[in-house]
Amino acid sequence: MTTTVLVVGAVDRSFGDRQVLKDVSFSVAAGRLTGFVGANGAGKTTTMRIILGVLAADSGTVTWRGAPVTRQARQRFGYMPEERGLYPKMAVADQVVYLARLHGLSAADARRRTTALLDRLELGPRAGDLVEKLSLGNQQRVQIAAALVHDPELLVLDEPFSGLDPLAADSVVTVLRERAAAGAAVLFSSHQLELVERLCDDLVIIADGTIRAAGARDELRGRHTLPRYAIEVEADAGWLRDEPGVTIIDLDGARAVLELAPGTDDQQVLRAALAHGQVRSFGPVRPSLAEIFREVIK
Amino acid sequence: MTTFAAARLVLGREIRAKLRDKAFLFSTVSFLLIIIASISIPALIESGATKVAVVDSGSGAALRQAGFEIVAVPDTAAAERLVRDGDVAAAVVPGPRVVALDETPDEVVKALSTAPEVQLLDALGYNPALAIFVPLAIAMLCYLTSLLFGLQIAQSVVEEKATRIVEILVSSVSPRALLAGKVAAMSILAFAQIALLAVVTVVGLTVTGTDAGLLDVLAPALGWFLPFFVLGFVMLATVWAGVGALAARIEDLGSTSGTAQMIVLIPFFAVLFLRDNAAALTALSYFPLSSPMAMPIRIFQEGAAGWEPFVALAILAITAVLLLGVGARIYEGSLLRTNTRTSILAAWKTRPTAG
Repeated sequence: MTTTVLVVGAVDRSFGDRQVLKDVSFSVAAGRLTGFVGANGAGKTTTMRIILGVLAADSGTVTWRGAPVTRQARQRFGYMPEERGLYPKMAVADQVVYLARLHGLSAADARRRTTALLDRLELGPRAGDLVEKLSLGNQQRVQIAAALVHDPELLVLDEPFSGLDPLAADSVVTVLRERAAAGAAVLFSSHQLELVERLCDDLVIIADGTIRAAGARDELRGRHTLPRYAIEVEADAGWLRDEPGVTIIDLDGARAVLELAPGTDDQQVLRAALAHGQVRSFGPVRPSLAEIFREVIK
Repeated sequence: MTTFAAARLVLGREIRAKLRDKAFLFSTVSFLLIIIASISIPALIESGATKVAVVDSGSGAALRQAGFEIVAVPDTAAAERLVRDGDVAAAVVPGPRVVALDETPDEVVKALSTAPEVQLLDALGYNPALAIFVPLAIAMLCYLTSLLFGLQIAQSVVEEKATRIVEILVSSVSPRALLAGKVAAMSILAFAQIALLAVVTVVGLTVTGTDAGLLDVLAPALGWFLPFFVLGFVMLATVWAGVGALAARIEDLGSTSGTAQMIVLIPFFAVLFLRDNAAALTALSYFPLSSPMAMPIRIFQEGAAGWEPFVALAILAITAVLLLGVGARIYEGSLLRTNTRTSILAAWKTRPTAG
């Protein structure tokens, strides 16, 4: 049972004559990772900025736990903008403490959580250093600390993995999973579809400012699965052409991808294959996120 | 969190950051050194009495009374030698004749002559040199602090834009809280710097004994200068913040701050050049951009009626409130346009952020 906490409802937004968001609606549930996927310029950043109140919507609503989002509610949001930003001439810990306090934490709480979080992100020894003295990877970690320090109920991360090496990306993945497991709602955008596929529970796909698909990852995948099967036999698979109800999509010697006409029994096809010789593998083709993405944004 | 609490946090950070900023510390120390030097160097130079060589001891009494140090010499040749060597400023030889190297020693001549009594019907209550110096100092103080601290406000705004941290800030606190905290912090620092310089000046003048009733004469003008300066500074501070927000990078400040610089520069020169023209100075003392300079000058010159500063102050306060609104709107309208510099019109038309 999932609890929907954030609902974006029919949001429109234009910049001048250019409408960048058209009737954008989707929801984000507590305790789940929601991947926000779209091409450059599709409207991901604008949507996230509207959720955070950095931009105003022309029309439409954003609600948090059933009520319009107020500045009070946003104090419990954590945000990592696409364009990273920190005060270069401020010490790491001071900076995180400052942002924690802007989110309403007391001075003592802010200090305590900053110390714990910096240690957790292996930045403890650098706490007193100026941000500009850190490597880019470490600056990125400080940025993540800044978004997490007040233990937000909603995390909005714009391209959190861009510019991260695989190890750092893994540590971010771990942290996000932890937060979701602790009950936070997490919305993150990414270009890296494989990573999103591996990580997220829910998906929102946006193209040209409209939501093309949204829902649980597995459900979306089921919805976009075609009646296709991949088969690998010992010898040439060319005989499949003559099987009733079978259309060959791709044939490469012993391997083939088939599409079955409605009502065709997949087990019948398997039996026919076994009659022709040995079968190495036979099974339905599950579309990858990249394939679903390409299909829905058409 | 309330806007006030957020603004206080912003204020605290701004002040801490500024107190660690080497450029700010350097400028404060330089100002202090300039003031200490300009008070102590003349005092040091004047400390030794001027020496005058005297052959005929008859004129010695008059010279001694005028504060000269007398060096008795046997004859004219010896006196001339001392003058040539620079051991004495002048010599008085029998005749009586005054000998000096390359310039008539007016003070010595005056001490030896009898001048008729002079009666001034409309005497100034202070040294006439101050009549030139005080207006200049007031105008300079206004101009320099507005410009220096104004540019620093603009820089600190554009820094937040250029480093993109502004997006995180605005997602947690309102732009108004950010703006208020920043302007308040910079105003406090500006006033603290001026107070520090003022204290050093007063202490310096008292210690060196240069004071001579100067402070008593200045008191009413300075008393009025304070509220005018505070309001004038706050009025422009928001404009400077708006100017900073229009820029996307530090480099843009040159072009976006042009208007604000003119707003500071033109009244400064107007006051400077028109300060002897009573009608013009009266007009300037009501115009809100120049009244912080012109009204204290008029009060100092005893040219303003008792009610006049109140009216000028009211006009200034109303303008300050209006400009606060304008500056805040430009600030909010351009704060998140981080890619290119924003035009004033575009900033004005931009919808403010939600909630």
